Amino acid sequence: MIGNFIGVLFDGIAYGSLLFLISVGLSVTMGMMNFINLAHGAFAMVGGYVCVSLLQKLGMPFLATLPLAFIAAAVVGLVLERTLYRQLYQATHLDQVLFSIGLTFMAVAGATFIFGPTQQPVNLPDWLRGQVHVLGLDVGAYRLFLIGVVVLVTLGLYFLIERTRFGAQIRASVDNQTAAAGLGINVSRVFSLTFALGSGLAGLGGGLGIDVLGLDPSFPLKYMVYFLLVVAVGGAGSIKGPLIAALILGVFDVAGKYYVPEVGAFVIYTLMVVLLILFPFGLVRRKA
Amino acid sequence: MSALSNSTLKQAAPEPTSEPMSAMNKSALRLPNDRWKPLEIVFWLLPVASFFLFPDYLVLVSQIMIVGLFALSLDLILGYAGIVSLGHAAFFGLGAYTAGLLSVHGWGEPISALFAAALVAGMVGFIVSFLVVRGHDLARLMVTLGIGLMLFEAANKAAFITGGVDGLSGMVMGKLFGVFEFDLFGKTAFWYSFGVLFILFVILRRLVNSPFGMSLRGIREGGRRMPAIGANVDRRLKAIFTIGAMVAGVAGALLAQTTQFVGLDVLGFPRSAELLIMLVLGGTGRLYGALIGAAVFMVAQDKISGLDPAYWQFYIGLFLVLIVLFARGGIMGGAEKIYARFKRKEPA
Repeated sequence: MIGNFIGVLFDGIAYGSLLFLISVGLSVTMGMMNFINLAHGAFAMVGGYVCVSLLQKLGMPFLATLPLAFIAAAVVGLVLERTLYRQLYQATHLDQVLFSIGLTFMAVAGATFIFGPTQQPVNLPDWLRGQVHVLGLDVGAYRLFLIGVVVLVTLGLYFLIERTRFGAQIRASVDNQTAAAGLGINVSRVFSLTFALGSGLAGLGGGLGIDVLGLDPSFPLKYMVYFLLVVAVGGAGSIKGPLIAALILGVFDVAGKYYVPEVGAFVIYTLMVVLLILFPFGLVRRKA
Repeated sequence: MSALSNSTLKQAAPEPTSEPMSAMNKSALRLPNDRWKPLEIVFWLLPVASFFLFPDYLVLVSQIMIVGLFALSLDLILGYAGIVSLGHAAFFGLGAYTAGLLSVHGWGEPISALFAAALVAGMVGFIVSFLVVRGHDLARLMVTLGIGLMLFEAANKAAFITGGVDGLSGMVMGKLFGVFEFDLFGKTAFWYSFGVLFILFVILRRLVNSPFGMSLRGIREGGRRMPAIGANVDRRLKAIFTIGAMVAGVAGALLAQTTQFVGLDVLGFPRSAELLIMLVLGGTGRLYGALIGAAVFMVAQDKISGLDPAYWQFYIGLFLVLIVLFARGGIMGGAEKIYARFKRKEPA
């Protein structure tokens, strides 16, 4: 029973860290540009399909495909930000919602056209399959790997944002665009790079997540709620908030599906509504 | 005598003033003229004409009117009050299941079932409205989306009541007013939908042109300033959200009664998203935009989606992006711009 519980907890944390990896970019762009981007999952899907294509067509090793998934999604994000997104920073939230739903629909239809409507298989290398024995527990090797990657990425992100000049520029732009621009920060460039970084992380998450979340053209719609949820519950514009929110949601979702499968996804939606009632502005509220 | 008739004429059709004052400002100064314009009367004769001209498309036109009513309900809360909702199908579905379950369990009388649907959807809408007024756009979006998904999951899991993914079938409809039977060709369904849509439209048209409707526009344009003139923002938003939910419930009930089937998709997210698309396609905050958007969208869907559903989705997506980037205001907004330009040229 206890072992069971720890297993569920472990899977939940793995799931939550994956959610965090995909959603953190959304949180930063939402907090910084005040842009409600429902198409964020499409960037994750780009990463996923890049991964699968490289694995299947070119036979590249799984680990080598991940950086390419990051780069591909980041480039797509950068191009879209430069051409389309930036025109809508001042637009109403309704316009942003509609625009990004439109992009999502196009991405879904495009993916169906190119890759077909079926689930994409992923062949993991042998050392990532099966179970490993850690501290007296049998845990999934891939889930352990996932948590490891996310911990590394989070530490890297923390270092980037808290310790580098670019990070300081990001923080300044999130807090007050006008003042940041007045201090000589090229806010528009910071926006573009941050958007690309966020999209790239989503792409990396999409590639890593094929084994956990699956990959088919409806991916951006299916998980849209989860990504938005992480940001809405965690609070836009921070990293700590989405991390906590993603872990809570991941654990509850896995536990709900394991212990009370008959109510299914109900657990997570109820949790979301309750959390949003308690914290209408997110768990970690950004200082204005 | 002539001065009197002149002044009444002026009231009926306000002359374009030479001052650089937009239509928005003008309507903000006093209540809008409530008289029906000839163009509106023509508009309402169109469905009547379609009954005689396109007897093969009765079902499609009925569906357009029902979805148009649904779009009207979203226009109230989005177009007038400015609340972005991604889960409006929740209320549509509630209405549909209310009417469907009543009929399956022996209550086939249609009109009373409509009221029941409005009541159920309205009650849930009232409860949800408390959550909606709490947060800002993102939180509102998530709450409405979450409620919609919750209801979908609930209906999906409670298959012993709702029929789950198979849908709720076996509805037996009573005669309308005890006289008109729901026939196979959908004639009764057509007039029934038309009647309900028209009556509710008249009521809603009056509502949005009332001081209450004006205060909603005020909230949409500047919610922080409204309390300064003594308007209770939260209470007004709750009221309109509840009304919108009720109308959506009626639309759902109409769909259930006229098709005599309730599928799980009445609660689905795609329905909420498509509704939003219809509304912006037609133009928000104008009532007629909702109806025109629904008509254009559904006719296009009927023609295009037969070719390939995936292409259809691609085109809606492309269309949305283009509307947002280049054609804010939708069809009605564009028509108004053309009309305004036409009017400006005319006196010269």
